[in-house]
Order: sequence, then structure tokens, then C-alpha cells
Amino acid sequence: MDLINIGIRSIFVDNMIFAYFLGMCSFLAVSKNVKTAVGLGVAVTFVLALTVPLNWLIYNYALKKGALAWIGPDFAALDLSFLMLIIFISVISAFVQLLEMLIEKFSPALYGALGIFLPLIAVNCSILGGALFMLGRPYGLAEATVFGLGSGIGWLLAVVSLAAIREKLKYSNVPAPLRGLGITFILVGLMSFGFLSFLGFTL
Amino acid sequence: MAENTATISEVKEKEPLLSKKNRKLVTDPLDGNNPITVQVLGICSALAITAQMKPALVMGIAVIFVMCCSSVVTSLIRHTIPGSIRIVVQLAVVATFVIIVNEILLAFVYDVAKNLGAFIGLIITNCIVMGRLEAFAMGNKPWPSFLDAFGNALGYAVIILIVAFFRELLGAGSIFGIKVFEAIGFAYQGNGLMLLPAGASIVLGLLIWLQRSLNGYVEEA
Repeated sequence: MDLINIGIRSIFVDNMIFAYFLGMCSFLAVSKNVKTAVGLGVAVTFVLALTVPLNWLIYNYALKKGALAWIGPDFAALDLSFLMLIIFISVISAFVQLLEMLIEKFSPALYGALGIFLPLIAVNCSILGGALFMLGRPYGLAEATVFGLGSGIGWLLAVVSLAAIREKLKYSNVPAPLRGLGITFILVGLMSFGFLSFLGFTL
Repeated sequence: MAENTATISEVKEKEPLLSKKNRKLVTDPLDGNNPITVQVLGICSALAITAQMKPALVMGIAVIFVMCCSSVVTSLIRHTIPGSIRIVVQLAVVATFVIIVNEILLAFVYDVAKNLGAFIGLIITNCIVMGRLEAFAMGNKPWPSFLDAFGNALGYAVIILIVAFFRELLGAGSIFGIKVFEAIGFAYQGNGLMLLPAGASIVLGLLIWLQRSLNGYVEEA
């Protein structure tokens, strides 16, 4: 039950986009049509669901103060947490590289459609953000996995819904200087107000 | 050997430190080519940490420091970085400076560092830093790279300060924690929506509208 709650919370209440505004750069860039949005959303979900638990393991068994005690008592006093950022980002970029090779092999069409945004998942703030938020909460391995997966699904949901709205927006008469980026920001703000209604929602 | 001759010719075409071209590198990103409102880089932190002026100011300074240092370092080693692993190398350079900033902030301004939380670490994935390294520092000499980084970071800092100004003023009725409305004798009920990131998104949207009405830039949707 706790796990389901964490999942629901990370999808709707603590949505990566609408509650924390993480991963906005690629969010704004790929939300022009639904198809690419779905592709990138799935890729982000995949990376988040795997790197958050992986980083959890690394942090708890290698970096945290006293985490190296399992090697021997000499290591018990070591605190490597200052290395956290650089290790996390290396894990993430290695994973993105792997994902890129997989997509290129199995779905060349999607690979072509995603283009530059695929390697840019490495610098998608929501991935590193997910890993850093996970540390601030008392999560175990299972909770961390669900949290990563839920955050990814939340991101997917957000990017697909914005893409759907922007496809419709092509037919409306927006004031010229507001076109493109400006109206998109206002849209995201309004959607975020909508997501506020999930606040305090638990099963 | 080829590299040697390249560096020699680079030295030969020396130009004054603040030539017209170099000045342009700094002033361009402030308005016409602003990283946030035109290049759409570094949005996440611009929305997330602008609820108050003070964290926004600290964040702006941190980004200026990280960008200038990592641009110069990347530019210095640009001939030795193998193309296929350049992203990892760039991330390692940026992460090093972000760790330095993080430790300094934790040591000297602990409350602000706690307030910014994960967002200091997220400077690593701030697209402005990566974007400028990739687009400029990888192909230019250290001094222009420094100027370009400084200009872009400054453009970023200016925008987040403007957004933070409106959000703190309308959301909490204060500037840098000073209650301005009460000081001039108004009772002001803060607008809570402004303190949420959603408020930032709308403020930024309106700011872009204003900027583009002034400079006439139109995006074909």
C-alpha cells in the first residue's frame, strides 16, 4: 500500500514537471507533436526507473558516511558523500549512452525522430533531480524504484498532454510576440495550477 | 605538430582584450540572444528557485562562477578531448566546479544552501552550462570563451532576478525579505500562487511577451 501511495504521489502530486519544474528544457523542446513526446517520455521513464535505484545502491553502499563498513572496520569512518554529484552524473550518462545504442539498434525510426534530445536526457534535470530528491526522503530500495518509475510516468504524462494542447494551439490566433515560447510558458503555468488539485491526495 | 602551428597562428592574430567583437560576446546574451528567453536554456532552475530574491541572487552568482571556470578549463583542454567522450569530460569539469560551489555555500551561507537544496547540484544539468560549453568553448580560445560564458551567465542571472523580484513582491509583499508594502503603509495580502513554480512560469511567459514586443522577435509556431 505504501508503495502504491509513493507511486501515485510521484505521478500526480509531486509531478516532476508541474510541481518541481524539472526537465523543462527538453519538455519545451519536444512537446511540439505527440509522437516524439511519447518516444522521449518513454525513454526518460526508462532511465529514471533504472538510475534512481542504481544511485540508491551506490549511495547507501559506497558513498554515505560509514557506508563502506562492509569492506572492513578500517573503512567505517569514510565519508565519500562529496563525490555524490560526480558519481551520479556518470551513472546517468553511461545509462543514456546504453539506451541510445539500444534504440538505434531496435527502433531506427524513433532514433531519428528523437535526434539530439536522446543524448540530452543525460542533462535532463529530472533524472539527476530524481536521484537527489530520493536521498532527501527515507526511501528503501523498493520505494526508490517505485519513486523513479512514478516520476518518469509523471514526466511522460506531462509532456504528452502539453504536446496535445500545442498541436491544437496551431489553429488559434495568438498575439505575434507571444507565439511559441511565451504562450507555452503560460500554458504550463495553467496546467500546473490544475495539477495543484491533486495536493494532499492519498489512497 | 599540426597543433603547434595552430597555436602559433592563434597567438599572432592578437587583438585588444575588449575589442568590439569581444564586447558583443558579453552584451548579446543580455537581450537579443538571452539564454532563458531566446535560447530556452536553463529553465528548470529559473522557475524553481525564484520565489525569493536572496536565493536567486546566490544562484546567479554560483552559475556565473561555474560557467566562467568550466568554460575556460574546457577551452584550454579542447584539443585533447576525444570527440566521442566529450560529454562525459564536460560533465566532469562542470561537476568539479559545482562541488566546489556547493561546499563553499554549505560552509558560509548554510541557510541559503539548505534553501536551494538539490538545485545547486542541478547546476550540473543546467543546460546553459552544457550548451555554451558545447556550442562555444569547444571551438574557441579561453578569453572569448570566458567572455561568452560570463555574458550568458549574466543574462541568466538578470532574468532570474527580474522573475524573483516580481514573485517575491507579489507573493510575499517583500524584496530581499524587507516588507516594502508595510514600510509605505499598505496592508498587503500575499498572493500564494506567485510563490508556486506555476506563478514563475506565468511571470516568465509575460516577460517573454514584453521582451518580444519590444525587440520585435517573432517565433513561427
